[in-house]
Amino acid sequence: MRRFLLYSLLAIGALVFIYPFVWMVAATFKPEAEVTNFNLFSSFFSFDNYLFVFRKIPVTRSFFNSLFVSLVVTASVIFFGSVTGYALARLRFAGRSLVVNIALLTMMIPAQLTLIPLYTLVVRFGWINSFAALIVPAMMSSYAALLFRNFFMQIPQSLVEAARLDGCSDLRILFSIVFPLSKPIIWTVALLTFMGIWNDVLWSLMVIRDETKMTMPLVVTLFAVGGGAEARLGAQLAAATLLAVPVIVAYVFLQRHLIESLAASGMKN
Amino acid sequence: MRHDEARESSTFNNIPALNNATAIDNAGIVAGVTANNVAVENNEQDKKPNRFARIFRREGKERGERTEPVGYLMVLPYVLHTLVFLGYPLAFAFVLIFHRWNIYTPMRFVGFGNIRLLISDPLVWRALLNTLYFLLIHVPLQLAVALLFAQLLNQKIRARAFFRASFFMPVVVSGVVVTILWQQLFAFETGLINVALNSLGLTKIGWLTSPNVAMPAIAVMATWKNVGLYIVLLLVGLQGIPSHLYEAAELDGAGAWQKFRYITIPALNPTIILVLVLSTIGGFSLFIEPYVMTGGGPVSSTLSGILYLYKQAFVFGKMGYAATIGFFWAIIVFLVVMIQRWVVERTETERM
Repeated sequence: MRRFLLYSLLAIGALVFIYPFVWMVAATFKPEAEVTNFNLFSSFFSFDNYLFVFRKIPVTRSFFNSLFVSLVVTASVIFFGSVTGYALARLRFAGRSLVVNIALLTMMIPAQLTLIPLYTLVVRFGWINSFAALIVPAMMSSYAALLFRNFFMQIPQSLVEAARLDGCSDLRILFSIVFPLSKPIIWTVALLTFMGIWNDVLWSLMVIRDETKMTMPLVVTLFAVGGGAEARLGAQLAAATLLAVPVIVAYVFLQRHLIESLAASGMKN
Repeated sequence: MRHDEARESSTFNNIPALNNATAIDNAGIVAGVTANNVAVENNEQDKKPNRFARIFRREGKERGERTEPVGYLMVLPYVLHTLVFLGYPLAFAFVLIFHRWNIYTPMRFVGFGNIRLLISDPLVWRALLNTLYFLLIHVPLQLAVALLFAQLLNQKIRARAFFRASFFMPVVVSGVVVTILWQQLFAFETGLINVALNSLGLTKIGWLTSPNVAMPAIAVMATWKNVGLYIVLLLVGLQGIPSHLYEAAELDGAGAWQKFRYITIPALNPTIILVLVLSTIGGFSLFIEPYVMTGGGPVSSTLSGILYLYKQAFVFGKMGYAATIGFFWAIIVFLVVMIQRWVVERTETERM
């Protein structure tokens, strides 16, 4: 009896979190008049909503824009984060703990405080409507540097020393000896950074107005808000589905990594 | 040995996992500058007398080893980037606050004009009240739901990975998708929730059209989106509680509720603080939900601080005033999180 109750509650929970997505995907294939009922399937199956969305907004283009921006930022955050983290964990130089303390301090600054000044800076650089505005300010992260530093401090010094005796440079040690041992932290930083950039709307909304440069969440947001959808529910849901599907597919494959890295870094506290 | 030095910085045993989760909440790593107040914790633990002396000491000389100049080269990009994209904006924020500027014509000094305007601007206070209203519903609901499902997942069950993954799914999907989807669910005539209510013989509710209901509706949606993360965090916390504590309590005749109240809750305390702080910061970063669903309406009942800041900057072109709102908002976030931590820690010590 108790187990029945337990599984019922869990099943209801799973349904509450998953069913809306299933319904959303199903609704996009229904004719407009039938979008708003509970049935998953309707009298006839149509791609109308998708054709409409593809005609109205640059779906493919914005998808590749998003992919490009997110990949570049992620690669950069991993590269510079690990290089900075390595130096802070393994090398001696004056002011090292000053840098560490500054990195800790920067994480306490609420984003609201620097949002507008950062925007004016990007304007001054002439980066409005360019990928530079999306990429450059996000290329390095204090948080990633500290995560890497923390992780690298646990790697046995003997490995590093051995490589030094063989005449390896520090970058070489980092990328060919330390990196293969650091997969968990690389996964964590990569997934968190990628997800944060991929899903961002506010910053893109501020700095990009040219449709050909827009990221996918921005295009879909403006489609839903700006009247491009002509109040067609099915079309709005189709646009949302197109935005969700790549993420959900990636999630199905990476869910263990994603959940575990989020949880693991959460518990460090 | 260089390695010994690693022990030197005790600061790092607990780097908070905040930025990542915050990034999910507000979907915005704006240069990774997301608010991260739990980091304070680190500094509090670091108050050793010789701290400042240590910062400026040439660490390389400590054990008579030489400095490694390549270190400077390796941290240089990070330091420069932080100076330009965080240091400068931070300093410039304090310039903007005292100026009127539409970005195209030269700045005009207005002294405390923006601050006076802010204090007398009813919409700023409206946005603050809205946010507090949002938090009042969102935070307890989130904590209760997360605790419930974390407890359920912590039993001996089959398919735990499946359930965990389903609860987590809305966390990874973009806030825009969730917002568009829930806009359909909340729609007055055709929304699934009202259709369901109707078929049960209940009256329809203006989820997004009635000023008293709109903010709670958004709070429920935000809970649905974020709670998976907190379920997972609390689950990890639960799994870390040694089972002998429960066994001992059972021997003493403790019931399920007593075990929950006197073992589970105290053991989860750090995680609960984390959940409170993260959802509070998330609440103060609310933007995309009202932007897509309501535009801040009806009658400003869902206007959030960031939405108002955005409107001042990009609809009215008032950069100085928008920066002032951001400054004000940052102070409020800081204060609220501090108060929260203080209250939680105080009740904790009272209980001991």
